[in-house]
Amino acid sequence: MAPVTVAITVAIDEKRYSGRAGAGPVTALRGLHARIGPSEFCVVTGPSGCGKTTLLNIIAGLDRDFSGTLSFAPSDGDRPRIGYVFQSPRLLPWRTVRENVALVQPHRAELAVLERLLADVGMADMAGAYPVQLSGGMARRAALARAFAIAPDLLLMDEPFLSLDAAAADHLRSLLLRLVSTRPATVLFVTHDFGEAVTLADRILVLSPAPGRVMAEMPIALARTERGDPDTLSALRAELARLADHPIAAANTAKTAFPQRNG
Amino acid sequence: MRLRVALAERVASLLVLLVAWEAASRWAHSRLFPGPEAVLATLADEAAHGGLVHDLGATLARVAVAFTLAMVIGTVLGIAMARSRAIDTLLDSGVVLLLNLPALVIAVLLYIWLGLTEAAAIGAVTLSKLPTVVVTLREGARTLDRDLADMARSFDLGIWRTLRHVTLPQLAPFFLVASRTGLALIWKIVLVVELLGRPDGIGYAIQVFFQLFDVRRLIAYALAFVAVVLAVEWGVLQPLERRLARWRR
Repeated sequence: MAPVTVAITVAIDEKRYSGRAGAGPVTALRGLHARIGPSEFCVVTGPSGCGKTTLLNIIAGLDRDFSGTLSFAPSDGDRPRIGYVFQSPRLLPWRTVRENVALVQPHRAELAVLERLLADVGMADMAGAYPVQLSGGMARRAALARAFAIAPDLLLMDEPFLSLDAAAADHLRSLLLRLVSTRPATVLFVTHDFGEAVTLADRILVLSPAPGRVMAEMPIALARTERGDPDTLSALRAELARLADHPIAAANTAKTAFPQRNG
Repeated sequence: MRLRVALAERVASLLVLLVAWEAASRWAHSRLFPGPEAVLATLADEAAHGGLVHDLGATLARVAVAFTLAMVIGTVLGIAMARSRAIDTLLDSGVVLLLNLPALVIAVLLYIWLGLTEAAAIGAVTLSKLPTVVVTLREGARTLDRDLADMARSFDLGIWRTLRHVTLPQLAPFFLVASRTGLALIWKIVLVVELLGRPDGIGYAIQVFFQLFDVRRLIAYALAFVAVVLAVEWGVLQPLERRLARWRR
C-alpha cells in the first residue's frame, strides 16, 4: 500500500491576538502564503516572535481564529492525521511512557506497533517509567514516539530539540530522519537553528519579523547523505544566513548554487 | 522496620489512653462513667444481639448516598463555574450562603418542608457538604493545564479520553481534599440529622441512650462509629492517596 501523505496550502491573510489589558492587539501573521508538498520535509525558520508556533497551531486546528484559508490535499474524508511534537514534551505526568504513547493510538489494540515504536526510539527499557523519571532527551523521544503512534500524514514539530545538549540533539535528529524514512509523512519543522534547518530540510521557508510572512525560501536538492561533511553543511548554513539577512539579493544566488530538485 | 516502629508507637499511645480512661473511671466510681472493660463488653454484646449493626448500617448508607451525591453534583458545578464566568456569577451567592448556613438550620428547614423523611435527611447532609466540594473543585478546574488540553485536542482524543486521562487526573488531588474534608464534615452532621428526625441510625441511638442515661451503650456506639471512620480513612482514603501520587517523584 502506498503511503498517503498530505499536501498543505496555507493562505493566511491575518492572524491577530487581542491584546491583554494595557497592550493593543498584536498581529502575528500577515499575508503568509505557502504550499508544502506531499512527503516534503519543510523547515520554517525566522526571528523569535515571528509567528512560527502560531502557524503550526493554525495548521493543527488548535487556532481557528484567523482570516484566510487552510486546505489539505487529498482532501477526501476528514482532517489528515496530525502528529504534533511541541516545544516541551507535554507528556501526561500521571501516565507511564507506554500509556502516554498508547493513549493517542486510534486503535487501542495495536500493541505490536506500539512496542516496535518504543523500541525504535530507544525507549523500550523505559516504557514503564513515569515522565518525571526521564531525562530531557528521553522525554523528547517519548514525545516523538507519541507523534508517530497515530501513523501521521503530517508531522508538526515546534523546536522539538530545543534545550538539549548538542550531542543529544544530533542523536534525535538522526532518529527523526530514520523514523521519517520508514514511516513517510509530510513534515513541517520549526526551528531558529540554521544548522538544524540545513541538516534536515528539503526546503526552508524563512519568515519575516512579526507580522510573519514567507520572505524567502531555500530548496536543498542535495540528498541528506550528501550533506554529511562539515564543509557542505557550513556552506548551506552560510547561504541560509545570507538569505535571512538579505532575502531578495540572496534568493537569486541560492537558486544557482543549489538547483531546485525535480518533482 | 519503620512500619513495626510505627505500630509499636500506635499501640503504646492506645495503651496510655486505655490506662487513663480506666484510672479516671475508677476515680469517678460512677455508673455514668464506665471503664473500658465494661464498654467493650457492651460493644461486643450489642454487635452480637443488639441493634448496633442495624443502626450503623443505616448511618453508613446515609453517609454513602449523601457523600456520592455531594461529590458528583459539587464536581459538576465546580467545573462549570470554573469554565463559565456567567455560571460562576449566577451561582456564587448561593454557594457562599450554603457555605455559611449552619447544618442544623438546613436540617430543620428540610424536615419542616419535606417532613421527617429519608429524603430530607439525606438532602440536608448533601447540602451541608456540597458547597465545600464546589469551592474546592472550582479552584482545581481553574488550574487546569492549557498545554495538555491543546495536546489532547491536536491528537483528537475526544471528550471521554480527554476527561479520563487528561482532565480528571489533574483534578484528583482536589477531589481527594474535597473527599477528606467532606467526610469529616458528613460524619458529624449525619448524627445531628438522625437525632432530629430519623427512627434509626447511630444518631437516633445516641439520643435514646441520652434519655436513658445509658452511658455504657452511648460510648460503645460512639466507639463503633469511630472504628468505621478510621477504617475508611486507612482502608480507602490513604491507599487511594498513595495510588494517585505514585507518578510523583
